[in-house]
Amino acid sequence: MTDVIQMRGVAKSYQNFQLDHIDLTLPAGEIMGLVGVNGAGKSTTLRILMGLIAPDSGSVNVLGHSLPEQQVEAKRDVGFASEDMRLYKHKNLAWHMNFVQSFFPSWDNRYAQHLAQKFGLPLDQNLKGFSHGQRVKAALLLLLARRPGLLILDEPTTGLDPVARSEVLEELAEVLENENRSVLFSSHNTHDVEQLSDSITFLHDGRVLASEDIESFLEKWRCVRCKGDIDPQALQSSNLAEFRRSGSLINLKLDNYNDSTAAWLQSKGLEVVEVLRMTLEEIFIANVKRGRAQ
Amino acid sequence: MVEGLFLSQADSRPMYLQIMEQIKLKVVAGDWPPGFALPSIRELAAATKVSVITVKRAYRELESEGVVVTRQGRGSFVAESAGQAELRDTELNRYLVQLLDAADRLGLSADELMLCLEAALEERGKQ
Repeated sequence: MTDVIQMRGVAKSYQNFQLDHIDLTLPAGEIMGLVGVNGAGKSTTLRILMGLIAPDSGSVNVLGHSLPEQQVEAKRDVGFASEDMRLYKHKNLAWHMNFVQSFFPSWDNRYAQHLAQKFGLPLDQNLKGFSHGQRVKAALLLLLARRPGLLILDEPTTGLDPVARSEVLEELAEVLENENRSVLFSSHNTHDVEQLSDSITFLHDGRVLASEDIESFLEKWRCVRCKGDIDPQALQSSNLAEFRRSGSLINLKLDNYNDSTAAWLQSKGLEVVEVLRMTLEEIFIANVKRGRAQ
Repeated sequence: MVEGLFLSQADSRPMYLQIMEQIKLKVVAGDWPPGFALPSIRELAAATKVSVITVKRAYRELESEGVVVTRQGRGSFVAESAGQAELRDTELNRYLVQLLDAADRLGLSADELMLCLEAALEERGKQ
């Protein structure tokens, strides 16, 4: 299988922020969610992938083209959407559709009409009168109807009401049917990305905390409730992300949980009461906390 | 057009388990008879709005349970041996285990449990 995105050791320094040797790989046909708090470096990473920012060091390859040198070739089959996407206020959606169609031979007009109806977007109204949600959906329509092989979406669901968000996610699911189409999308909200993503990359303070397929994440992490008296130092391990005590009960968040973990805890004098799965959001927070502690 | 499955965000079980259970229900109900060709992983993922890797995992687990067989290059099918009776037994067994666990917790002996069960059956028979 070929990779549609390859970033190797990509670094970029700003006065108050730096992107620290980012490695990222997205195989063809997969959907990856890029998750991080505001200011984690998500947008900078996506902008480097679009050739909008040149990295200080490292290599970037998109759809087999080296960036930023070959960005024109790479962009032909990439659809990029970000919050600051500008549309012409004094033109209507039909005008925009004709405009984009004139540049991209891959434009699918029937699909564009279907999307306009599904998103509830009027074709003949100037965009000046569109709400924020309508503008976001219009920008997405204009790139989805090109049917690009790779979609790079910066916070596509931020600021949308729940109904609009579910409409957008439902249309993204359409991409799943084709094994040659791939998506990289960012969000500060794990709920938005977890349902459709094959893999998740957690970004924090300009570093990749973890990048793995979603089933592995959910299988590896566990919240373990134990009874006993123990000094947190005795449990020190790179797998321990959180230690909290409430009376005689101890709450642990553990990475790389497996069959031998319970025996290890018992050997430390703890009695395991309950082992619970964790949500992706809890796993993300545990990752951030562990990253800070190290 | 492939029909999607019904998944719930409020269900605390992982998505792949929900997918497995819904497919088993379709087999037990006879909607998907033995030999029936399952939708491709990508078709079912797109229709259900869930990631490809999650559907892949559900199919793999169903295969190891013998509910589904995958033929190289041809896709996945409901196993000929996926007898409805057999699946029903597995389903019932899950509740039996829960019942036995509950009886344990409440400190009921085997005899007491049997008496309770008989009483409950009799009660239902009257209605």
